[in-house]
Amino acid sequence: MPLAVCCSELRKTYPGKPPVEAVRGIDLEVSEGECFGVLGPNGAGKTTLIEILEGLMPATSGDVSLLGMRWTDQPDAIREQIGISLQETRFSDKLNVWETLSLFRSFYRRGIEPEEAIARVSLQEKTDAWVKDLSGGQRQRLAVATALIGDPALLFLDEPTTGLDPHSRRELWDIIRGCRQQGRTTVLTTHYMEEAERLCDRVAIVDRGRIIALGSPRELIARLGGDHVVEFSLGPDLPLPACSPEKWQDLPAVTGFRYDGQVVHLSVTEPHVVLPALLARIERHAWRLASLTTRHASLDDVFVVLTGHAMDETEAEERAV
Amino acid sequence: MNQATAVRKRHHRPFVNLVLARFREFSREPAAIFWVYVFPLILVVALGAAFRDRPVSGLTVVLADGPGADATRRALESEPRLETRIVDADRAYDRLRTGQADLMIVVDPSAAPRYEYLFDPTQAASLLTREMANSVLQRAARPDPHAIRDRPLDEPGTRYIDFLVPGLLGLGLLGGGLWGVGYAIVDMRIRKLLKRYLATPMRRGHFLGAIMASRLLFTISEVVLLLIFSRLFFGVTSRGSYLAVAVLILLGAFQFSGIGLLVASRARTIETLSGLMNAVMLPMWIGSGLFFPIERFPGIVQPLLRLLPLTPLIAGLRGVMLEGAGLWAVVPQMGLILLWGVATFALALRIFRWT
Ligand SMILES: Nc1ncnc2c1ncn2[C@@H]1O[C@H](COP(=O)(O)OP(=O)(O)OP(=O)(O)O)[C@@H](O)[C@H]1O
Ligand SMILES: [Mg+2]
Repeated sequence: MPLAVCCSELRKTYPGKPPVEAVRGIDLEVSEGECFGVLGPNGAGKTTLIEILEGLMPATSGDVSLLGMRWTDQPDAIREQIGISLQETRFSDKLNVWETLSLFRSFYRRGIEPEEAIARVSLQEKTDAWVKDLSGGQRQRLAVATALIGDPALLFLDEPTTGLDPHSRRELWDIIRGCRQQGRTTVLTTHYMEEAERLCDRVAIVDRGRIIALGSPRELIARLGGDHVVEFSLGPDLPLPACSPEKWQDLPAVTGFRYDGQVVHLSVTEPHVVLPALLARIERHAWRLASLTTRHASLDDVFVVLTGHAMDETEAEERAV
Repeated sequence: MNQATAVRKRHHRPFVNLVLARFREFSREPAAIFWVYVFPLILVVALGAAFRDRPVSGLTVVLADGPGADATRRALESEPRLETRIVDADRAYDRLRTGQADLMIVVDPSAAPRYEYLFDPTQAASLLTREMANSVLQRAARPDPHAIRDRPLDEPGTRYIDFLVPGLLGLGLLGGGLWGVGYAIVDMRIRKLLKRYLATPMRRGHFLGAIMASRLLFTISEVVLLLIFSRLFFGVTSRGSYLAVAVLILLGAFQFSGIGLLVASRARTIETLSGLMNAVMLPMWIGSGLFFPIERFPGIVQPLLRLLPLTPLIAGLRGVMLEGAGLWAVVPQMGLILLWGVATFALALRIFRWT
């Protein structure tokens, strides 16, 4: 299948004291028609990566080609065929939705009518509303509409759902799924594992400027060794021996162990096999169970296993350094 | 079908759409309209009033240098409220016209009208000074009164307001061009809208051209309003052709849009922009001959002041409006203005920062 996005050995170092290596050697291939997710914590380098792909900033080194074209050779041809929404754009306050889209439409040789773009993101009621009077979610949808206005083959959406309530987020997911059904290639970034799992054919997990895992959400979760996670804590104080992996790893169906200071997380293949054995062992030691849950493994677990810390801990750690 | 073609045609005009967007935004900004259109008018009225109601203390008389001037000064010194100076005739006339002196007297001891009084009849202080000076001089001449001649400067083109209006036109063009262009651009940069535009196939020239064109139209309508206003309320007219005035205004608007573009080409915050704007505008406010002729500055700085972008504009406008100069006579000024505009625009295009 032809490639919509192809980049190799991409690096970006922001000059400064000290210089920031935001992207440290990324290779990526996204096929046409694919919905590809770039997943990572704050400061992972997602925006830097995607803006290099969009031609908005030069890479320090490395190669990019989009739809078989290079930025150095055919910048205008590429711009005609891509649609983007930046992580944060504030459109002109005093233009209304239709005027904003009609202005963007005038930049492209071919594309869809403003009315159609408005319909695709369900903003019909707000056609004549000034941008400053839109809610956060409506602005986000307007941003996606400006990305769609040139009828692009390739879409880049940088955190399209950040800051939205669950309902608006679902609505945007539907819009993105719609694009995929029309055969457009979509590259999106997100913090939300759940979003990537639901929307993306493939996901790249990025941490500190590198891709640390790449594959379909299923594959990545399967690499944990088990689809399920059992989490429990013992109370009131956790007895010391209970914190060591040896205590639990020999239980049937357990493939992984992690202790985060309060809760023990076990990756398991079959919860119904492990649970009786687990309870029996706790009983034998006369420990008291404070909580017990089981759930499906998610990309969050993948991230934790790969990096040793949870997504939302990264920033705190960086600050502490 | 026809409508569909029309719609499609409209799409293909990014320049028109960009200008249209600026117009829409501007017309929906009541505060901007106030500052652009109403404020300059208030300024004219305020300044006009300020120069009318000067306090009566310190009335100044300038005597044109010549035979008899010294004797006349001694006679006038008997009236302590009059301050008298002798300067050469041209300087004296300038001072009178720019409101620095209230009365000018030309003395000719051997002629029939011995004293010639030049004064601005629209200014109370000027009239009063004429009366006081005349009564002092006639008292000294008793019993035979001297013959005198009054030359009120009531013809348009000779009063201070006539001198002031071209300066204010220049000031309007300066502020409108710099702030209008600069603020719009930095605001879009802060909003990341410039970056968003950069990702589209929009031509950079279309964008910058549209900003300049819309600004040109706004500032021109602004100064035209100012011209009409000062004509209706102060009777300020142009002795030269209005075509020449229009050409100068157009060039001035272009020049200041270019400078605005340059000032805003890299600034990332409104604070930086304000600092730069003030640094650029301050020398012109002071040194371009807005309120008084630049001849009053020390001789060494004058050549530098003549190079400031606002100086040739104001000089050109005064030349046309006050002295009735034709376009040919102001070619040097126009050349300098054009040079500023083209140079700043070209430089701005080169160093412009989109992100
Ligand atoms: N213009 C810049 N100059 C210097 N450093 C920068 C610049 N932009 C980003 N960085 C740094 O590069 C790193 C990656 O930033 P980037 O914006 O790509 O992260 P991100 O993954 O998009 O984060 P987020 O999820 O918060 O949007 C960060 O450490 C950031 O501080
Ligand atoms: Mg980002």
